[in-house]
Amino acid sequence: MADNTTAGEVVLAADGLPLKASLNRAMRKSRRRALFLVAPLFIFVLFSFLIPIFDMTMRSVDNWHVSTLMPETTKALEGWDGEAMPEEPVFAALILDLKAGAISREIGKVGTRLNYEKSGLRSMITSSARKSKKVTEGPYKPQVLKMHKRWKELETWKVIKRNTAPYTIGYYLNAVDMKYDNKTGDIVMQSEDRQIYTTLFIRTFAISLAITLICVVLAYPISYLLATLPVRYSNLLMIFVLLPFWTSLLVRTTAWIAMLQSQGVLNDLFVFVGLVDDADRLQLIHNLTGTIIAMTHILLPFMVLPLFSVMKTIPPSYMRAALSLGANPVVAFVRVYMPQTLSGIGAGSILVFILSIGYYITPALVGGTDGTLISNQIAYHMQSSLNWGLAGALGALLLFSVLALYLIYNKIVGIDNMRLG
Amino acid sequence: MSETTEPLVRFDSVQKSYDGEILVVKDFNLDVAKGEFVTMLGPSGSGKTTCLMMLAGFEPATHGEIYLEGVPINNVPPHKRGIGMVFQNYALFPHMTVAENLAFPLEVRGLGKSEISDKVNKALDMVRLGGFGDRRPAQLSGGQQQRVAVSRALVFEPSLVLMDEPLGALDKNLREEMQYEIKHIHENLQVTMVYVTHDQSEALTMSNRIAVFDDGIVQQLAPPSELYEKPMNAFVAGFIGENNRLYGEVKEINGDYCQVELEGGGGMVKALAVNIGGVGSRTTLSLRPERTTIGAAKESSTNSLEAKVEELIYLGDHIRSRVSLSGNDQFIVKVPNSHGHVHLKEGETTQIGWEADDCRALDA
Ligand SMILES: Nc1ncnc2c1ncn2[C@@H]1O[C@H](COP(=O)(O)OP(=O)(O)OP(=O)(O)O)[C@@H](O)[C@H]1O
Ligand SMILES: [Mg+2]
Repeated sequence: MADNTTAGEVVLAADGLPLKASLNRAMRKSRRRALFLVAPLFIFVLFSFLIPIFDMTMRSVDNWHVSTLMPETTKALEGWDGEAMPEEPVFAALILDLKAGAISREIGKVGTRLNYEKSGLRSMITSSARKSKKVTEGPYKPQVLKMHKRWKELETWKVIKRNTAPYTIGYYLNAVDMKYDNKTGDIVMQSEDRQIYTTLFIRTFAISLAITLICVVLAYPISYLLATLPVRYSNLLMIFVLLPFWTSLLVRTTAWIAMLQSQGVLNDLFVFVGLVDDADRLQLIHNLTGTIIAMTHILLPFMVLPLFSVMKTIPPSYMRAALSLGANPVVAFVRVYMPQTLSGIGAGSILVFILSIGYYITPALVGGTDGTLISNQIAYHMQSSLNWGLAGALGALLLFSVLALYLIYNKIVGIDNMRLG
Repeated sequence: MSETTEPLVRFDSVQKSYDGEILVVKDFNLDVAKGEFVTMLGPSGSGKTTCLMMLAGFEPATHGEIYLEGVPINNVPPHKRGIGMVFQNYALFPHMTVAENLAFPLEVRGLGKSEISDKVNKALDMVRLGGFGDRRPAQLSGGQQQRVAVSRALVFEPSLVLMDEPLGALDKNLREEMQYEIKHIHENLQVTMVYVTHDQSEALTMSNRIAVFDDGIVQQLAPPSELYEKPMNAFVAGFIGENNRLYGEVKEINGDYCQVELEGGGGMVKALAVNIGGVGSRTTLSLRPERTTIGAAKESSTNSLEAKVEELIYLGDHIRSRVSLSGNDQFIVKVPNSHGHVHLKEGETTQIGWEADDCRALDA
């Protein structure tokens, strides 16, 4: 059969226009319709999701404090080489900035920012700002050096100089337990006792992986049962599976506290049966175990639904065919049934994993100290320490790792093979 | 069946109920000889698939026993029965290539690698799909998938192969082509086949014997020609081929024949007494359209009735004429388009005649 279009030749429609153009014109209307249909959701997502995320991510690199609140000093430090103490003009500029900052009451923000890099700098800035009101004329250098002993250290100036740049990767360094060495300006690891975030990231991923695996193991048989049972039974069973969805997260979590605490229902039962001694009741909550148990319970439906929906579409004739071809039931199940559920396992796993690495409320309530996850740290920096830059950096790292996982999954399984509920 | 050769498959008074209330299969008896091609034919919901599933081992029989080579198999699990099966939707494993699908039954039987690939290639060649081993089932056309399914059911050389409406999803031309292909495979391999369909022409083309199912029982079990020419009851007569029905009351029985008074006021006719009650009982007369003569002289046929031509349909090789006769206005007569045939006109009255041997008096 001959190809009736040679390469490079443009196919023409009946009216003589290129076929591509005609097709485009025909499609334009339906495309406009599609756009119109997604518009409300798009606008909602834009304002409630995309813009806040963008804002948070920007905060993780934003370093406006010094350059906006101390513009004179920033300008004066431009040419400074960092080898020796700065000269008089820099100090004159500093006094100007401190005075302005003291009046506008904004100078504290610079102190807070610099304190992230080197503790002690906040008090230096605030007390100097107070004292700067009395300074009327130069030379400024000796007066400033007298205000706080830190002004005499070259290190202090290096920190200030580094933070005159409008953007920083300092928060990200912090989020992976690294920092600038203030003396040399090199990037080094935090001291041993201050390394918390990498451990927390690793723990978060490990716990999420464990929860995902437990969910697969628990959800697979139940989904199989649901998919093969007659509808009137499977509907009832489905209600039990979905029950966690219909109760508030807080109620469920507190119910687990009542169940799992050392004087709780489960421990009482164990003691009653004689499984454990009354003296050493199991510690099932406010630790890792509690987090894993409660989160598995909460996330199980997210595994069951995709598995169920995939299994539902596998006709029983495949298993029957395998049996009729001589495979015993176990071989038939493993070689014929299970491979067809892989897309469901993949979809469920990625869903549960992504949900659990970002989980916050349950670990906060039942996690104790060794059961808290990275999201709890993010919340801490959002709400208590008010270090939004660091919170943004931690959150962005979490976001990027989820996106990376998603891409890997897409590469291996193909996202169009994924079936959700 | 003679006493000396054991039937390969024997259903012995098998009953089946799914819900404990309705018997889907009422009293099923069937012997299938080695090498035979037996078709179960019947309308939808008549229990054909159910019988096949009981034979394959996917549904337990509620009552009765099924024998395979003389051995009762009610308690043998399906994977130990060694029965090849072709499913209605083919059930080709979507995650395996065609070659892997064919290799599957051989692998689970623990055959060696080279032996497996030999057999797979041979099986693919048999269904003319030599170069298709590396494709996925989804990349094949319906007819190709069907052929893969057939060869997969045959590749491990079972003595019995079951097929449940294997051609149901194909269009008419392809279906006819595949009918011959399956028939040839059956002849070449001498394998026993039990085939399910609700297409009567398919059953007539392919089978040695046909079991006509209705309402959970076998209405008649016979070779195709006998089924068509000598239906034993009104259902079979109506289900297989075209058939004219006339109702009447038995007035007199003389040996093989009987006299029947037609209900529509057509008078007395003589018919073959096949399946009737005593004198006075109601009966259905069954008459094939091609066994009637039209416009002939009164004396040449045993029975001759006056009929009014209602409709004429020109079909090339014959003219299909709908006439009304003894109150039945759906009476079909085929006028062959031969040289000098009778030319009918719509609305005219003519004589329709037939022989007593072609008119079977069946149950009402
Ligand atoms: N698993 C089942 N549970 C309950 N009833 C069933 C089941 N399978 C079949 N039936 C019923 O048994 C009867 C016979 O079904 P079967 O599938 O054997 O019919 P069939 O002759 O194969 O029909 P078709 O030509 O439509 O395939 C039907 O009335 C059907 O509703
Ligand atoms: Mg069926």
